[in-house]
Amino acid sequence: MSHAETTPIENEERPSHWVSYPSFLWQSLVMATDGSLAFYAWMTFLTAVSLVGVHAWTQQVTGGMIQTNMTDHVSWGLYIANFTFGVGLAAGGVMMVIPAYLYHNRKMHDVVILGELLAIAAIVICLLFVIGDLGRPDRFWHLIPGIGRFNFPMSMLTWDVIVLNGYLLINLHICGYLLYMRYLGQTPNPAWYLPFVFLSIAWAISIHTVTAFLYQGLGGRPFWNSALLAPRFLASAFVSGPSFLVVTMILLRWLGKVPIPRDPIRTLVEIIRVAILINLLMVASELFTEFYTGAAHSKHAYYLFFGLHGHYALVPWIWSSMALNLIAAALFLHPSAMRNMTLLVVACSAAFVGIWIEKGMGLIIPGFVPSTLDQLVEYQPSLLEWQVSAGIWAFGLMVYTVALKIAIPVMRGEVNFAEHSESR
Amino acid sequence: MSDPANTPEKAEKISLPIIGEVSRRTVLKGIGATLGLGAFAAAIAPLTQFKDQTSLNEFLQQHYKELDDEDKKQIFARLEEEARENYGADVKIRDPKPIPGVRYGYAINLSLCNGNGKCAEACHRENNHDRAVNQSYIRIFEMPKGTSDMEQGSTTYDHAVPQPDKYYLPVQCFQCENPPCVEVCPVEATWQEADGIVVVDYNWCIGCRYCQAACPYHARRFNWRAPEIPAEEVNPDQGYLSNRIRPQGVVEKCHFCMHRTREGKLPACLEACPTGARIFGNLLDPNSEISWVLKNKRCFVLKEELGAKPTLYYFFN
Repeated sequence: MSHAETTPIENEERPSHWVSYPSFLWQSLVMATDGSLAFYAWMTFLTAVSLVGVHAWTQQVTGGMIQTNMTDHVSWGLYIANFTFGVGLAAGGVMMVIPAYLYHNRKMHDVVILGELLAIAAIVICLLFVIGDLGRPDRFWHLIPGIGRFNFPMSMLTWDVIVLNGYLLINLHICGYLLYMRYLGQTPNPAWYLPFVFLSIAWAISIHTVTAFLYQGLGGRPFWNSALLAPRFLASAFVSGPSFLVVTMILLRWLGKVPIPRDPIRTLVEIIRVAILINLLMVASELFTEFYTGAAHSKHAYYLFFGLHGHYALVPWIWSSMALNLIAAALFLHPSAMRNMTLLVVACSAAFVGIWIEKGMGLIIPGFVPSTLDQLVEYQPSLLEWQVSAGIWAFGLMVYTVALKIAIPVMRGEVNFAEHSESR
Repeated sequence: MSDPANTPEKAEKISLPIIGEVSRRTVLKGIGATLGLGAFAAAIAPLTQFKDQTSLNEFLQQHYKELDDEDKKQIFARLEEEARENYGADVKIRDPKPIPGVRYGYAINLSLCNGNGKCAEACHRENNHDRAVNQSYIRIFEMPKGTSDMEQGSTTYDHAVPQPDKYYLPVQCFQCENPPCVEVCPVEATWQEADGIVVVDYNWCIGCRYCQAACPYHARRFNWRAPEIPAEEVNPDQGYLSNRIRPQGVVEKCHFCMHRTREGKLPACLEACPTGARIFGNLLDPNSEISWVLKNKRCFVLKEELGAKPTLYYFFN
């Protein structure tokens, strides 16, 4: 694969990477910007929402975070909630990789790149939410090892910086390499990607574990200081990630007329069936401890589920989340979930939204309410926070759309180097 | 997925000067990209104002522990200039060092404290807090007698003190021996000095607020915006790691008035206390008043079970 063994351009079997890689990038750009009217409408919509987010964020940076509704009592809000959920989404993509590579599921192998690309888009979302939450994004370089001062290994946030960026790079490498080889019409060399695939499996577990440890390690926040937090994070990630992927595959079948087989969808549904029950079991176990014991530290859970002293902001949200999770579990377990795609989209959406609430606001905000010295200050995101958050999600969806737009034709062999080098 | 080689647009060619013949689709893409870039530029327009607020020197400034005396001189001069520009105040920024053999401790006599709030006011003035939000590092809980459940306390009481059925519990940073806020900071922007004071480099903090999440005592404050202080109210006697006017978007906290205490003075809150409830001194000096209190009084700290080991103690007569 090295450039040393470059062969003449005339030899179409082994073109120089100096020629074929720019061609690959150029064709990627063409594929990413070509499409139907619906595609342009979708991308224009996402661009518009992203720009609203960018504008809101620049206002926040300039005028201060006073424009958010966060306070010294509730010092993390919608951004960190979305960040946490996004990490789960990124980790959840691994549930395609495990069947494809550990269990040699052929059909899953053909579509596994959808999961790997989701990991990339979700990590981009996570990193943007972290930057959005910083009071001084201009000092971002203080976090770069070598140039700044990286408080490793003491601060769990530095661990998170490492695992998130590492996960991004691993998946960029795997996807980039496989797509490029496919574009060249060559068989990928396992030595160049298989070790990274196995690394990415362990790494996927690590990103959500480390993110849970961020909260779990804080002795002063009893709502988070539970050994069950990391396993709960993983269980819910293995519902939200696969749910997103199932919907993506069904939409690709419906809208994009991409012939995605049913088998990978069935495999993912089987995984979701197990994960959603484990998640619910752990939620029940935590709630039993909180409410049966009734000790002082359960006031956060009381606030979340029943409200405290006339403060109820999160109560409707968490019960919606519980209802959505239970409905999703029932739908997934129903035998027709394997056949009925419409039902599956409903089940996946319910699970996705249910976990977004539970692993987002439902996890972060009660950690701060009541505050460490027991004051009840509630939090509801400001319009600006919603704008920034919507912008980041739109940008992430744009990344995923573009990635699919490139990956699908390349993986199906519709766009390749041989054709484009001839046409020149 | 359509095959790009056979798109109908291939037929429709447009002739442009210099570039030559291009497809209609390419032209539309170019227009789209230009419009997108224009919209992006418009969206980030507020950042030009931020650029004016932040100088290149500030952007490139190194961590406190990597600064030599010459660096500090230049930085302090720059910060003094900024205080003149932004607040119209002539200030002097110093950097007093910890005194060898000193470890500060604080004790508050809850039998004497009557909740008058002079300590919080003094802190507000001494430490150049935002006037608009009436910020202070000290908050006083008015607690019903017969409980230590802080949920029943109020920090917003507004009536004559002391009330007969209440007692008063002032809280501020406890300068923990084992501070949970320090270990979580991803960029080492906060640390414990040799005399036990936990400080923040306001020019290094990235504003992630992880320390606020980690502190079990609600001791840390975030600058949700740049503080507003009238020129005549700015306290010009400032320490780099203590009471200088903080920038927007960084975390701050009580520093036991280190610009005073490291030069032999008492903390502003203690000086302002009319009841004599506050006792401050060197824990390492067996003859200090604070050492006497710890030896002879029934002292306690908040949330001892968390193991943070606060060095601000409470006691009753």
